[in-house]
Amino acid sequence: MTRAVDPEGRAERFIALEEHEATHDRLVWGMRQHRDQAVAAVPEWEQLRELASQIKEHTLTHLDQYLEQFEQNATKLGTQVHWARDAEEHNAVVYNILQSHGAKSLIKSKSMLQEECGLTPYLQKRSIEVTESDLGERIQQLSNEPPSHIVVPAIHKLRSDVAELFAKELGTDPTNTDPHYLTESMRNNARPRFLAADAGMTGANFAVAETGGFVVCTNEGNADIGASVPPLHVASIGIEKLIPRVRDLAIFIRMLSRSALGWPITQYTSHFHGPRRGGELHVVLVDNTRSERLGSPDFWHALKCIRCGACMNTCPVYRRGGGLSYGATYSGPIGVILDPGFDLRKYRELPFHSSLCGSCTEVCPVKIDISEQIYKWRRVVVGNGLLTITKRVGMTALGATLSHSTLFHAAESVGETALKILPRAVLYNPFNPWGKHREMPTVPRQTFRQWYLENRRKP
Amino acid sequence: MSAREHILAAVRRNVPRPAIPLPDIPSPFPLTQGKRESVLASFRNQLEVMGGKSLEVADGAAAQAKVRELFPGAKVICSAVPELPGTRRVEDVRDPHELHDVDVGVIRSPLGVAEAGAVWLTQGELVVNALGVLAQHLVVLLDPAAVVATMHDAYERIQLAASPYGVFMAGPSATGDIEGVIIHGAQGTRSLTVLFFRRGTS
Repeated sequence: MTRAVDPEGRAERFIALEEHEATHDRLVWGMRQHRDQAVAAVPEWEQLRELASQIKEHTLTHLDQYLEQFEQNATKLGTQVHWARDAEEHNAVVYNILQSHGAKSLIKSKSMLQEECGLTPYLQKRSIEVTESDLGERIQQLSNEPPSHIVVPAIHKLRSDVAELFAKELGTDPTNTDPHYLTESMRNNARPRFLAADAGMTGANFAVAETGGFVVCTNEGNADIGASVPPLHVASIGIEKLIPRVRDLAIFIRMLSRSALGWPITQYTSHFHGPRRGGELHVVLVDNTRSERLGSPDFWHALKCIRCGACMNTCPVYRRGGGLSYGATYSGPIGVILDPGFDLRKYRELPFHSSLCGSCTEVCPVKIDISEQIYKWRRVVVGNGLLTITKRVGMTALGATLSHSTLFHAAESVGETALKILPRAVLYNPFNPWGKHREMPTVPRQTFRQWYLENRRKP
Repeated sequence: MSAREHILAAVRRNVPRPAIPLPDIPSPFPLTQGKRESVLASFRNQLEVMGGKSLEVADGAAAQAKVRELFPGAKVICSAVPELPGTRRVEDVRDPHELHDVDVGVIRSPLGVAEAGAVWLTQGELVVNALGVLAQHLVVLLDPAAVVATMHDAYERIQLAASPYGVFMAGPSATGDIEGVIIHGAQGTRSLTVLFFRRGTS
């Protein structure tokens, strides 16, 4: 049986690293603030959101047609189109393409789909040398960790962590923690790898049905180097990445980087339509549970996601606990609603790793009802009998108490008296999670109900 | 059943109902803020926001002198622009790997986008796509009349499927992956300079 991930325990360990937690919170909230400034400069933002949402919903409700149209147009351009039902099939397809070209080394740009499929370990087991070329992703690869954020994968690390890692792995000066020095060291280490690679791999942010091409957005230009230097380019594309028309791209490109980091656009917005001169282009269209989710009335809207990360940046739970606390490919609020779709048993705790404050829903550029879906996933977890024993006992008691006024008032006065008279050791102990990291509230002289009965119900 | 058939059948079975209609995107897109500043001034500001620079030059000879002035130590200047030859013609490059030693790449862009501070480049202009990302520094010639206001305008002007590669490049390569510190020259070009002069002025 799959072991459930323990987001609370993982978050607790991250929070214990005080400097990490404070820096992470500051940086991630900074991205949210930068996003707000960028959005405020576009008064038609709400119109863009509504259009983006409708375009995605239209595409998903006609996905079979758009997939076929994309395939047909891509093939016309000389792109070789492959299909993969699941992660295993995706990895096998990629491996076969590499093998048939005798490719031994691969340079990758960031792709959440390839993370989801576990492509890198799969290829490494088969003696393919895989190098992540995005700086943050390379840091994570060298640390043997998954990305903690979909846009900035190593945002949970301090510069001193990176200096220590690079000293060990790249032979840099361990005392030099200057990000300029560290970035330059990585540039110099990666460049020969780009030049020696037999193949380059990318993901895709959007695939355009009417042209049969796809778009990759990066800030480092690493996808462009991987696609333009080695003779072979393979792109993994989730089937939900389709959009109908070229003109739809303008809507999404205007929103993506503004939502993610608060920039008007990514430094590189690259469009691939067929193989470049002297090169070969393969596209793998991947399902991996997407078609199943499409059939779920409660959860199909999550397929609208454009992976901007805005929901993570605004989430109070994500900001404090860090992305690795989710123990999954996708973290943050979007992770909470995507991960249980891959493995409910393993990710059953994630829907509870949320305060349900709803901020994620407000910032989502494609209007996914994220917080609603988090709540609905809780119901799925309960419905499948997967609620942990502590939550089950507590929730049952709480449910009973809250639904009976006599019981509630009795519990209220017991609680008040208890908070007043119990010694600290009884309140602040491992059995009371509400007493961790915080003081219990001071008890008011009387409850609102007592006050109301005294002051307003007088005859 | 092949993977393709399997996936298409599953999608067909599961497409949500009711079907949502494709919305019209108004053209031109109504910008609620109106015309704040000239398109050109806005382009130059946004390019700076993205970490790039722009300069006006009178003609091809002035552009040539400017490149020399900006990059006095450059040994290899690879050019895709006839009026500014450099030390290597990109047409002579057989394989992208030959571009590993390029100090400065020189390209002409047919289109700039003000709201993004971006220039559009395709295989047509680059000849060898890697020139845009392997060169340490990039100089992009742009006709000031070829700058449009928004991404909507830009996507209406370009023929995407006509070129295997097309990129909106907004400033140089950048990263904020280490504690959010913005650094230019992460993997691709370290700097991007736009030189404005009218096409046909040589």
